[in-house]
Amino acid sequence: MSSSSPSPQTPSSSPVSASSGLLHLAVALDGAGWHPAAWREPVARPHDLLTAAYWTDLITEAERGLLDLVTIEDAFGLQSSRADGPDDRTDQVRGRLDAVLIAARVAPLTSHIGLVPTVVATHTEPFHVSKAIATLDYVSTGRAGVRVQVSPRQNEAAHFGRRTFPPFRPEDLDTPAVRELTAELFDEAADHVEAVRRLWDSWEDDAEIRDVATGRFVDRDRLHYVDFEGRHFSVKGPSITPRPPQGQPPVSALAHASAAGAPFRLLGRSTDIGYVTPHDTGQARAIVTAVRAEQDAAGRSGEPLHLFGDLVVFLDDDPAAAAARRERLDTLAGRPYTSDARIFTGTPAQLADLLQELQTAGLSGFRLRPAVAGHDLPAITRGLVPELQRRGAFRRSYEAGTLRGLLGLSRPANRYAATARSGGTHS
Amino acid sequence: MSTSQDKPRKRIHLAAHFPGVNNTTVWSDPEAGSHIEFSSFAHFARTAERAKFDFLFLAEGLRLREQGGLIYDLDVVGRPDTFTVLTALAAVTEHLGLTGTINSTFNEPYEVARQFASLDHLSGGRAAWNVVTSWDAFTGENFRRGGFLAQEDRYSRAKEFLSTANELFDAWHGDEIVADQESGVFLRDAKAGAFAHQGRHFDIQGRFNVPRSPQGRPVVFQAGDSEEGREFAAADADAIFSRYATLEEGQAFYTDVKRRLARYGRTPDQLLILPAATFVLGDTDAEAEELSREVRRQQVSGATAIRHLEFVWNRDLSGYDPDGPLPDIDPDLGEHTIARGRAQVRMYRDPLATAREWRERAAANKWSIRDLVIETGNRQAFVGSPATVAETIDRFVQADASDGFILVPHLTPGGLDTFADTVVPLLQERGVFRTEYEGTTLRDHLGLAHPDAGSAADRVAS
Repeated sequence: MSSSSPSPQTPSSSPVSASSGLLHLAVALDGAGWHPAAWREPVARPHDLLTAAYWTDLITEAERGLLDLVTIEDAFGLQSSRADGPDDRTDQVRGRLDAVLIAARVAPLTSHIGLVPTVVATHTEPFHVSKAIATLDYVSTGRAGVRVQVSPRQNEAAHFGRRTFPPFRPEDLDTPAVRELTAELFDEAADHVEAVRRLWDSWEDDAEIRDVATGRFVDRDRLHYVDFEGRHFSVKGPSITPRPPQGQPPVSALAHASAAGAPFRLLGRSTDIGYVTPHDTGQARAIVTAVRAEQDAAGRSGEPLHLFGDLVVFLDDDPAAAAARRERLDTLAGRPYTSDARIFTGTPAQLADLLQELQTAGLSGFRLRPAVAGHDLPAITRGLVPELQRRGAFRRSYEAGTLRGLLGLSRPANRYAATARSGGTHS
Repeated sequence: MSTSQDKPRKRIHLAAHFPGVNNTTVWSDPEAGSHIEFSSFAHFARTAERAKFDFLFLAEGLRLREQGGLIYDLDVVGRPDTFTVLTALAAVTEHLGLTGTINSTFNEPYEVARQFASLDHLSGGRAAWNVVTSWDAFTGENFRRGGFLAQEDRYSRAKEFLSTANELFDAWHGDEIVADQESGVFLRDAKAGAFAHQGRHFDIQGRFNVPRSPQGRPVVFQAGDSEEGREFAAADADAIFSRYATLEEGQAFYTDVKRRLARYGRTPDQLLILPAATFVLGDTDAEAEELSREVRRQQVSGATAIRHLEFVWNRDLSGYDPDGPLPDIDPDLGEHTIARGRAQVRMYRDPLATAREWRERAAANKWSIRDLVIETGNRQAFVGSPATVAETIDRFVQADASDGFILVPHLTPGGLDTFADTVVPLLQERGVFRTEYEGTTLRDHLGLAHPDAGSAADRVAS
């Protein structure tokens, strides 16, 4: 196959994998899987969803497939089929664990795969998030990332009692009030990421000197106040946690096209990976163009920014089996499954065809959402991955020890070191 | 007429504090390793578990300390995130309790309750929370809520924070998840996790989204030594960290705190008293004494001695010679600004009296500034051969100076190894320390009951 069309903003010095033709693969993990009836499949382990063993098994399976990373869904609200609050249903999985801690629990038991928990910027402290992800990077020796999410929901805000939001119903999405709120929350998330990133840089890599002669443990000149001032918060710094192994763990976010433009603006300004939801190659091309424009507008032209297409997948060796499984689950759920992302039903080879086709629109990878974790994750690692490898489109072994390494991202220079020392480069 | 023969011998509780950001930690020793890399934490935790300790303890700080407006650079600076390290340690241990300090001032109950409930699930019931308070604007500058509390509000917020968190832990009763694949019933209760709390500091409601964890609630520790702190512990804590590791002080504290429990309808065994204690071991008592002197010289360099004196004097004393006499000027009684980000310690509350006492002691003993700081602080509680230390620990516990100790080694991460290999077997021989874990949860190790949250069936019936 031909290599994907390179993004014009990507210089050869920052190898976002388009140049190699290899695609990147992530899986998005959420409970028993993305289909609401997934927990009823024989392969599901619905009593284990809150155990370390369950998550360890899933993530080691993903690592067996040489995937770049897993994301772990999270939210401050109980799962719901409604956008605006709990639905009081008793026939679907309810209850989850903190995603950062799931990642931390699995980190010592894995060795290559990137661990990317979800963090809700709307209600968390950048200071806490920064040290938590830095520490995840330490406990995983360089495999941490973070997926930033916003929450416009009234019910989740009521768990904190600090702010109130207007109703958030799908039919209100295009009202001026909700558009304004969405834009505000995404911009606040961008501030959150900026504060987190500054805190990661607030220690230069060589700040710990242990100079016995002078009795100094650190060189305080290599520690920096971040002095972030935003509309919703300010942070003084420095972090209490030294700069993490990757320097800057990759930041990612899911973004949909929006009249407010704010989600793509967040990708352009703040992230290393954007998860996007094209339903065909034309849409993928349009999304890539729109995000690259935001990237240019943010003054980040030429910096690596991966765009991963999100797809929900039902994978079986026989396409009819996949379709039948989807139907069976829909029947159990009482209605057809819908998603913001394209839903793929078919064989690993058919999915490989689709991914390679979408890749030509400028996507550098994909984040697959297994409809049934216990079935579709192994189908990805044992069916799709070998298929892509046969086509020369996916790695045959882990080529790097860090998530940045797997993503082809170099370790960034420290912003404070660069300005504090004239022309000095510390890396 | 000793009653000691009649009284059953108490089982000793032992825990280990990963050496933190203070001058107990000797970072200059060639054997000192990283205090950030996970391998250090894993080594320390595995040693504690090999020794059958009850738990590992991690402290927390939310702003780097400063002295005279500059980041304090003489001790270990920097540490990882408490929740993240503890949860990762759950992967490399099976029984060890995992205790972390989490501040109730710069966090929100919903988020912290989620994190502790998650840690408890992911560790199979080994989570514990050391609830601490803060009020200072200095730390507040790192947080969204910004600002700070009036000092008198900090325990009020802490108490309400803890009670709110308990309401969240109890919002799931433990039997709601049916997950019957046949019938399609996942939850027994459509309102599982519902909560509503309205109080002075928190007005929150909704659905807690972490189902009940193995311990129901994490074990709660409290560390404050003030009158309010002791009452807080007597009312709400499962264990208290005390600073009193000597026999007489320990007994006085123990008696005082245990006596307060009845007021809250609690029995003395529902609150464990665990002082922090340092130790130095040698093949003989004499060798340990000598090693102890060396360690104290490592802990208190000349520069460190001057900085410590500045906490009391509240002035820049950098011009003074650490090997010379104490300053004859008096402490600055204005606003205490020289050292920021340190826990307030009682002896600094009356600096004039402290300075007077220190001058007198230094003069009487011909101590330099450094000698004085070494003699007045950082004393190892237990110094001796393994036999001596085992005997002393046992004696203290049987004499009700404590229910056990939280050991604070001075070396990272190997500072616990010798203790585990030499003292623990002696305590086991005496029959006062476990040889195997009998239970799986931290509540099991500490002999604490699992809190009962009732069942959904009860609620439906009532």
